[in-house]
Amino acid sequence: MKDFPEDSVGLVTPQSIHFDQPLTLASGRVIKEYDLVIETYGELNANASNAILICHALSGHHHAAGFHEGDHKPGWWDSAIGPGKAIDTRRFFVVSLNNLGGCHGTTGPNSLNPETGQPYGPDFPIVTVADWVQSQARLADHLGINKWAAVVGGSLGGMQALQWSIDFPDRLHHCVIIAAAPKLSTQNIAFNEVARQAITKDPQFHDGRYYDKEVVPKTGLMLARMVGHITYLSEDGMREKFGRELRSGKLSFDFNPQFEIETYLQYQGERFSTAFDANTYLLMTKALDYFDPAAEFDNNLAEALKQVQCEYFVASFTTDWRFSPERSREIVDALIEAGKKVTYTEIQAAHGHDAFLIPIPRYMEVFGAYMNRIANSLEKNHAR
Amino acid sequence: MRADLEIIRDWIRPGARVIDLGCGEGELLEYLVNEKQVQGYGIEINPDNITACIEKGVNVIEKDIDEGLCGIRNNSFDTVVMSHALQTMHRPDQIVEEMLRIGKECIVTFPNFAHWRARFYLAFRGRMPVSKFLSYTWYNTPNIHFFTFKDFEELCVERNIYIVDRTVVDNEHKHRWWIRLWPNMLGEIAIYRITR
Repeated sequence: MKDFPEDSVGLVTPQSIHFDQPLTLASGRVIKEYDLVIETYGELNANASNAILICHALSGHHHAAGFHEGDHKPGWWDSAIGPGKAIDTRRFFVVSLNNLGGCHGTTGPNSLNPETGQPYGPDFPIVTVADWVQSQARLADHLGINKWAAVVGGSLGGMQALQWSIDFPDRLHHCVIIAAAPKLSTQNIAFNEVARQAITKDPQFHDGRYYDKEVVPKTGLMLARMVGHITYLSEDGMREKFGRELRSGKLSFDFNPQFEIETYLQYQGERFSTAFDANTYLLMTKALDYFDPAAEFDNNLAEALKQVQCEYFVASFTTDWRFSPERSREIVDALIEAGKKVTYTEIQAAHGHDAFLIPIPRYMEVFGAYMNRIANSLEKNHAR
Repeated sequence: MRADLEIIRDWIRPGARVIDLGCGEGELLEYLVNEKQVQGYGIEINPDNITACIEKGVNVIEKDIDEGLCGIRNNSFDTVVMSHALQTMHRPDQIVEEMLRIGKECIVTFPNFAHWRARFYLAFRGRMPVSKFLSYTWYNTPNIHFFTFKDFEELCVERNIYIVDRTVVDNEHKHRWWIRLWPNMLGEIAIYRITR
């Protein structure tokens, strides 16, 4: 077996948990039974008080940290989860799942519909952030976790953390919201619609029933990812990384990719289109578009947060224009107005929205300091 | 605790909603939350201070106060504190207005540029004063607006700001009987409680 870095959780194996109690969704539709695929890192303590839930973003999944057998690349948030890292697995029991509608083993459009024996495809119901939170609460019950030490997420994951604090105020001590927003801006929805159109207009999409035809809407998914990827990077970051560098050093006067950024986007899109399910991508973008916890409270976020009990850590990144610092400040202002405990930090970073996945020293310092305080207070309570 | 903070803390009533602008390492807020059960928030821009607040468990918001306090509603705090920071603001008058907008009452502390030592320094040495509280040279000082107690009080008159309380102390934040004789000459630090 190969050696893992000292600050890695090492070799990890996902597990699938079956839930046979029907789940009624926000749309009114019901999923009769479903599987959630999860990974856990660290040890749950005797009174089950040190559990952290990790919520994933648009294209994320359960594999947040460590290595799968034979893999060279670790999980998507390995920079923040591990022994001695911001989320220290020597002190916390970390749970990471693939959300309902996902395509990494959890029940989703590419799973078989038990009623038809065929993949769900477009028949899979639209799931919302609140639906995910419901399913995650059932997961907590299953794991014997009555109250999370913290629910943590970046981007769409941060939205789930925020929803948790509203829907289950007494089931989490801390809510960590990184590079998120209280709802999407019109511009965000516009970008998502471009992504959806790219997928649904792909001739291989076949109204979402491409599984039977043994094809995938690769071009559409690739385009969707390319558009998405542009919004994850900052202009400065892109210029710094790729500039106007030409692959062959001179203009070729044709339409083949010549600038480095073209090659990069094509590579990213290509890779994504073979690893992700198009129907899941559509679902995830809808969950984003629909997220708006203030809507039920007369569009008053402070009112929506009135009953929350947890403490909040909110962080944003200076060059993130997809979920800009202003959007995080809306959450912070509403929390202050509602008289809730909140810490907010704005990290100087050139990486745009992607920064939340990157171990920027200042980011890890404040994030780590906050998580450390949670662990300290847990251990103090435990010693009493 | 810094002596001026000891004076400030006694001016804040238990259970109040308090915001400390430029809260440093959060020592005032930590005391107020633990001992007076206030609902406290700090605004800070220095990274090390922010980390220190997080470690203490003080609610800290990273923000450049010079950009204003929009986002915070009118009259949403009982007390707004700014200690030793007003002279570092680009527009102290606008910040005072913002403080009075978001809070029912404000506590401001600042160094007095008309203290006799500063006057003598400038009069006889012909150079900008450097002292314990104004310990920078002119080109690198964060203190970009020098003003005196009289200047501040004149601003209050112009803007219809009511001075509820004023305490003038020396550079060790001690009350001395003789300071009261001629505060603008003998006092080094002033602590004002203002409202509108």
